[in-house]
Amino acid sequence: MITTELQATPAVLLLEDGTVFQGKAAGKIGATTGEICFNTGMTGYQEIFTDPSYFGQLLVTTNAHIGNYGTRRSEVESSAIQIAGLICKNFTPQYSRQLADLSIQEYFEEQSLVAISDVDTRAIVRHIRDKGAMNAIISSEILDLETLRARLAAVPPMEGLELASQVSTPEAYTLGWEDAPLRVAVLDFGAKRSILQCLADRGCYLKVFPAKTPFETLQAWQPHGYFLSNGPGDPAAMPYAVSTAKAILREDKPLFGICLGHQLLALAVDIPTYKMHHGHRGINHPVKNLLTGHCEITSQNHGFGVSREAILDNAATIEVTHVNLNDDTIEGLRLKHKPAFSVQYHPEASPGPHDARYLFDNFVSLMTVR
Amino acid sequence: MPKDQSIRSVLIIGSGPIIIGQACEFDYSGSQASRSLREEGIEVTLINSNPATIMTDPVTADHIYLLPLTVESIIQILEERQIDAVLPTMGGQTALNLAIEADSRGVWQKYGVRMIGVDIAAIELTENREAFRQHMIDIGLFVAPSRIANSFLEGKEAAQDIGYPLVIRPSYTLGGTGGSFVHQEEEFDAALRRGLEMSPTHEVLVEKAVLGWKEFELELLRDASDNVVIICVVENLDPMGIHTGDSITVAPAMTLSDTAYQEMRNQAIKAMRSLGNFAGGCNIQFAQNPETEELIVIEINPRVSRSSALASKATGYPIAKIAAKLAIGYRLDELSNQITKTTSAFFEPTLDYVIVKMPRWSFEKFPGADHQLGLQMKSVGEVMAIGRNFLEALQKACQSLENNRMGLGADKKEWIRTSDVLERLEKVSDDRIFRLKDALRLGVPEKTVQKLTHIDPWFIKQMKQLVKMEQQLMRYNVAEDIPEDFFRELKEVGYSDAQIAWLMRIKEEEVTRQRFQLGIRRTYKMVDTCAAEFEAKTPYFYSTFDSENESIPSDRRKVVVLGSGPNRIGQGIEFDYCCVHGLLAAKDAGFEAIMINCNPETVSTDFDIADKLYFEPVFWEHLEEILELEKPEGVIVQLGGQTALKLAGEFHKRGIPILGTDFPSMDLAEDRGAFSTLLKDLEIPYPLFGVAGDADEALRIAKDVKYPVLVRPSYVLGGQYMRIVINDEELERHVLTIFKHMPDNKVLVDHFLERAKEAEIDAICDGEQVHIMGIMEHIEPAGIHSGDSSAVLPTYSLSVAAVATMVEYTEKLAKALNIKGLINVQFAIKGDQVYVIEANPRASRTTPFIAKAYKVPYLQIATKIMLGTHKLKDFDIKPQPSGFAIKVPVFSFEKFPNVDKNLGPEMKSTGESIRFIRDLSDPFFRELDRNRNMYLTR
Repeated sequence: MITTELQATPAVLLLEDGTVFQGKAAGKIGATTGEICFNTGMTGYQEIFTDPSYFGQLLVTTNAHIGNYGTRRSEVESSAIQIAGLICKNFTPQYSRQLADLSIQEYFEEQSLVAISDVDTRAIVRHIRDKGAMNAIISSEILDLETLRARLAAVPPMEGLELASQVSTPEAYTLGWEDAPLRVAVLDFGAKRSILQCLADRGCYLKVFPAKTPFETLQAWQPHGYFLSNGPGDPAAMPYAVSTAKAILREDKPLFGICLGHQLLALAVDIPTYKMHHGHRGINHPVKNLLTGHCEITSQNHGFGVSREAILDNAATIEVTHVNLNDDTIEGLRLKHKPAFSVQYHPEASPGPHDARYLFDNFVSLMTVR
Repeated sequence: MPKDQSIRSVLIIGSGPIIIGQACEFDYSGSQASRSLREEGIEVTLINSNPATIMTDPVTADHIYLLPLTVESIIQILEERQIDAVLPTMGGQTALNLAIEADSRGVWQKYGVRMIGVDIAAIELTENREAFRQHMIDIGLFVAPSRIANSFLEGKEAAQDIGYPLVIRPSYTLGGTGGSFVHQEEEFDAALRRGLEMSPTHEVLVEKAVLGWKEFELELLRDASDNVVIICVVENLDPMGIHTGDSITVAPAMTLSDTAYQEMRNQAIKAMRSLGNFAGGCNIQFAQNPETEELIVIEINPRVSRSSALASKATGYPIAKIAAKLAIGYRLDELSNQITKTTSAFFEPTLDYVIVKMPRWSFEKFPGADHQLGLQMKSVGEVMAIGRNFLEALQKACQSLENNRMGLGADKKEWIRTSDVLERLEKVSDDRIFRLKDALRLGVPEKTVQKLTHIDPWFIKQMKQLVKMEQQLMRYNVAEDIPEDFFRELKEVGYSDAQIAWLMRIKEEEVTRQRFQLGIRRTYKMVDTCAAEFEAKTPYFYSTFDSENESIPSDRRKVVVLGSGPNRIGQGIEFDYCCVHGLLAAKDAGFEAIMINCNPETVSTDFDIADKLYFEPVFWEHLEEILELEKPEGVIVQLGGQTALKLAGEFHKRGIPILGTDFPSMDLAEDRGAFSTLLKDLEIPYPLFGVAGDADEALRIAKDVKYPVLVRPSYVLGGQYMRIVINDEELERHVLTIFKHMPDNKVLVDHFLERAKEAEIDAICDGEQVHIMGIMEHIEPAGIHSGDSSAVLPTYSLSVAAVATMVEYTEKLAKALNIKGLINVQFAIKGDQVYVIEANPRASRTTPFIAKAYKVPYLQIATKIMLGTHKLKDFDIKPQPSGFAIKVPVFSFEKFPNVDKNLGPEMKSTGESIRFIRDLSDPFFRELDRNRNMYLTR
């Protein structure tokens, strides 16, 4: 909205289907591409920007203001910004939060993120809601649509794209207290820091392994349980991870998966995944726990889901534990004859409500009783 | 748990007359609850003594008891009806207190009535300051250091321990009554004494003042299975120290990070779950230390409240409607989102816009009142504005207030002396937000402004941007000079064309013309609870300047009903009642009924009353673009009080049809000179009067018409600045006061009819026939504002001849003014001589009262006549009078201890109640009538 202070550099957003939105440049001047998606959270933008599951995506934030409480070095989910670009209505570099370190403009410049503001984000959301997720390009350096169209054409579709190995840790590392009673082997497909923190807080000593680590390496560390992390991309394009998950299941030790980890667990028991029309991204998604009857407000970020029909066909071995109250999609499952369970949403929240953190306790007790 | 099948009949308790701190938001919640329960096939019985409410109308409930809110009335109802359960959480503290009293007297138990939606132990815990404080500490939450005191001595000791600044909060009072801030020891004694006196239990909490901490409110809903959702987080722009009802508030929170918010959310849920196990709504207030982000709990209200009404309008999530369903056993996950209809009610709304709520004060009605704001609520109404950014919402809120402001400053009303401005920043008053902008404009550093106001720097920085934009704008000479992008930015942050014009010292028309030329037009966005993630079915819109317009006009025949803006003294809930009926009648007559208003407390702005709702300022620039988009067949201006009526001229000028009585006739009734000429032509007597442009003229007129005279400015509401004076000296003084406060106004000087009786008639006319709805005689003599008078329906002491004359004059006037719709005529009667004092060509304050007393849907009839679909002869009107009905004014003087409580020509009451009596021997009536003589001797 206000450009009296910032110099108003024009920027453009072009969608794969040819739709164009004119706006103003924010963050770094440049161009960036990715799959466009929207998040409806009213708080937690910095956590979202740094969540590796958003790797390669152009993020539309629906909240009216973005940047209004600044940024803080400690409130991140990974060491850097992971989104490919930001699309917002009111880019608001002024902040008052005394605990903050940088303004959003300073942060974006430091992290080289290209953004566009002053576009009708609500119109964009309505467009994606009707037409589905698609690739897009933001540019504040080249405004010629023909050139942008050509660049956009070269961007591969999200479906079939393996991205997890790009955001996974290159080397294994440990986290937590070495003498902790429980050891958890984490398979990192782009794990959020707060997931690891939730486990460490509950007395787990973690070793975080690169995505493509073979099962034998994990097993050699003699963990009490295994964790399949969240991450970006299409789970169906990750046969290496599915086979690791299958091997873990054969070992019969507790296994917990979140988001991408949930999808990988499903694939490991031959439940197919699919690309959703435009995904679930926000911090207000209603989920019902079918085991307890309680409802929880959850933080979500996924563009793929697991097949409901296939799970219901395998009711003898797989139990649906959580469902989405808005659209009845599968939010959680449990294997009946294995100590393995997973959820599609983010119990660690960050950002979002802490209603589902009990799942980490469940995982811990599953490891403890054995 | 699904619906509890054993509940087939529910009693809802209303909140009684409007007082400061408990206003028409409870009509909104009660009506919603009633409709929600009836949807479930439950029979609803309602008790409320307030006749101006929509909840006490047959469209809302099955059985209505317009009775005093006493245990005796409850017993009477329970004797007459089989009631399974009582829902006491919809009528504010009044309803809760009544339910608790009935409970302690064993009434509910005796009649086998269950109390639903509430837990009495929880209520008592939250009301008892000391128990509440201890409970919060027990569950691990923080509260401000405090001590309870039951005596003056204990209070002094507590203050010594805690130190200054501190707060005194009396236990068990409403709207912060009796509470105060004490900055220095000298102020303490008086404040403590007052606090102890105001508390019914003679108990106060002496608490450390957390000055400068930020204040937030959360609205929660919980079901019987302990599922909890947060419907809305509201940030108070005014920090700790100002009652939330008197604070400018913003949603969503503007300065909260996710970590800070989740901490607040966790604590709120923990607190709610610790309070018994009732199913329903709850409001929790927190203070946050801006330095460390630590939180303390300020207060919890385990019921729907003023803030839940606001939260419902702000998010589109109807809290009272859902709370009522939770009270009868439903779980949140069994209900659906009322806006999308396809998703779950167990969710947390997300906003892609910003709302700003601004209180509306009526200090001008209380000369001598202390304007300083504090712990005790003083505002009488509020507005809400929606925008795509904070500044747009803020400026739209200013435009909604009807304070003759065109936005946040830049409208000729600014203050220009820095010293005056700084003083007002420190001493918080009703105009602080405007003074804050003045200070920034005058170059006062942001830091100084922050230090004086404790307002979060984010809000100050935002407002500073307006100042910068204004400086840039002032560089241009004519509208054509403004660059298109900059012009759009100005509109995006909420500037009205009038403000832009004032800054450039050009005409508003020039700005508008250029704007239209550039195609900078309003678009409309939907309030849909979900930031467009799901398709919404409910047509609830606000305007902004964005690219896509979502409000697609239908090709149906449509009419627009104009609301009455914020509640204030002289114009309140009664017009909400009128608008609701107007909308229902228009729908019934086959029209698409479109509502425009900005008052979040109203039922008429509930998204499922009108066919289409525009939550917008009743401000010309906003109306114009809606009307251009919708192209309605006409606009109804008779139902929205003076606010809607005074816009009639604009409509007329632009050729927009006004439904019912046409503009020239309305103008004739409003224009004092022309109206008296009409009275003369019709041979109707009226008190002699004159119009004065200065004091000399006023003195001359007074000499002609003879003292005592009634002096007032023309065109004001509720008798503002109206006085009766008896000599030249008094007259001169008062005329000068009027010119000082209202420079461009004229002054009316009327001969005052001493010791006259006052009466009024409400009537409907279809241009041919006149139907007299009711004739009311005031118990108080002429000279007391009609809004402050007790009105008896029908008349009780006037002669048959006088009544016949009044009817005759009303018929003559209605026909002469070619009224199509409603008219209210006020009379003074001295001996057998009947004088007409004034005529209002619109719904009046008493229209709902008569409709209730006679059980006739007068407003629906009147609306259909305005629409032209019906004539009076099409209706079979059968009033059902029973004895006498008395409309009794109710005041909120306890909020203004130093105000002159004597009644006069200026209205001071905030609400009213209805009382039915069988005959004139009724002791209640005799008491009122005795007081009449007291007034007469004064």
